[in-house]
Amino acid sequence: MQKVVITVLGKDKVGIMAKVCTYLADNGINILDISQTIVSGFFNMMMIADMGEKQKDFEKVRTELDDLGQSIGVQVRIQREDIFDMMHRL
Amino acid sequence: MINISEVTETNEMIQHENLDVRTITMGISLFDCIGDSVDVTKKKIYDKICRKAGRLVETGEHISKSYGIPVVNKRISVTPIATIGSSSCRSEEDYVELAKTLDSAAENVGVNLIGGYSANLAKGNTDKELIFLNSIPEALKVTGRVCSSVNVGSSRTGINMDAVRRMGDIVIETARASYGTESLGAAKLVVFCNAPDDNPFMAGAFHGITEGESVINVGVSGPGVVKKALEAARGANFEVLCETIKKTAFKITRVGQLVAREAAQMLGVPFGIVDLSLAPTPAVGDSVADILKEIGLEHPGAPGTTAALALLNDQVKKGGVMASSYVGGLSGAFIPVSEDQGMIDAVEAGALTLEKLEAMTCVCSVGLDMIAIPGDTPSESVAGIIADEMAIGMINNKTTAVRLIPAIGKKVGETLNFGGLFGYAPVMPVNTFACDRFVNRSGRIPAPIHSFKN
Repeated sequence: MQKVVITVLGKDKVGIMAKVCTYLADNGINILDISQTIVSGFFNMMMIADMGEKQKDFEKVRTELDDLGQSIGVQVRIQREDIFDMMHRL
Repeated sequence: MINISEVTETNEMIQHENLDVRTITMGISLFDCIGDSVDVTKKKIYDKICRKAGRLVETGEHISKSYGIPVVNKRISVTPIATIGSSSCRSEEDYVELAKTLDSAAENVGVNLIGGYSANLAKGNTDKELIFLNSIPEALKVTGRVCSSVNVGSSRTGINMDAVRRMGDIVIETARASYGTESLGAAKLVVFCNAPDDNPFMAGAFHGITEGESVINVGVSGPGVVKKALEAARGANFEVLCETIKKTAFKITRVGQLVAREAAQMLGVPFGIVDLSLAPTPAVGDSVADILKEIGLEHPGAPGTTAALALLNDQVKKGGVMASSYVGGLSGAFIPVSEDQGMIDAVEAGALTLEKLEAMTCVCSVGLDMIAIPGDTPSESVAGIIADEMAIGMINNKTTAVRLIPAIGKKVGETLNFGGLFGYAPVMPVNTFACDRFVNRSGRIPAPIHSFKN
């Protein structure tokens, strides 16, 4: 199990979640938790997902998610979860 | 499970408050590179650095992408070269050859700085170490990546005043040798008291003789994060102020611990220490001076500065110590002038003087750092400034350092512009009264009374 945090930031529009989730499903990345808020028209979403034993390279997923974000006009980031755990949990 | 506000907080720190891993520094022992000829020593040094650090840069970049945090510098420190070359080097030129080897090995593995062109003369010096000292100006002139440091005293041994006096000359000669590049050579030369063996930050990094075969040390930094956190504590009492700094330092240091562990594992090298330092850069919002202003000073240098800095330094340590299993290096707030826009502003406003900076070094890491002084400052005065700073370190059982840059051909009011991470430095006035009869005495200042702890 390799837990990652995916964040999506940008102007709200139809289909952002659909596109991101479709990509994750197509690549066998399992979503464990989702939170989402919209503040003054800006879409702010975070999901915790499991990349599992997937062979697909983290770097490749990172680049593809970045490209996907650009194509729909939002910023999509993927980071390993450890950095948040280390910083916010004892 | 992690929640959205925690994720947002971390990413805000990285994207808007300049939180970064300042350096992953690999320490490499060169003891097994000692040869009986310069050529053999050079070949062994080059091969070993390339072998050990070949994947350092790639590893740093991989970590940066995995966690979404910048790893700004990947660097190397080696065993002090004065020792490694003592068997084979017979002249200054021989030592300069070793500096060139370090430079080309650093270039080969893609690191921007390599530290360890160093010597430890805390109590005395060997004949070869004197030759080594004389080689420093030329070595820093002909190389681009090599950093040099010389330890001239400690709380256990006292201060080697012969070495202090000589370093007064060497600092000026180094600045003269690099006259064409804004005296940049002197920005890569540090004089220490109580130099730590495991410091990851340049220019004073070296792989001390107490260290093992190789090690990963990490320096993490985020003055901007502390400043931002303190904005929410404006007008609050000291308890709230200190608590805020501690919590923030804890969070920053945890990132360092994570990165250090990951880098060590990926490279198959033991994890050494995390250095807790708040290290500024010339970038806006990455300033220790701005933290002091947020605490309540109009400019660093105003009355109260030493107290504010003491408080900051102590809270950073208290917060950071719990975040990492091994803390070391310099660990505290850095107060370089040229590398911190807020410090530069304070000097230009007339708020901050060399004497006030010296007082500030009593309560923080490390010392008089990146300070441009008039090019015609006598070497005796430079030695006197070094002696003062070494005495602060010796008496207070702390590391102190001096990195002065004599601005050759320039006077107070002019500036040295190094560019990049080194920033720019306004030339600051030096007290013009003489100290030559003091610094020209030979021998050592004895170890302080509190060194006798047995």
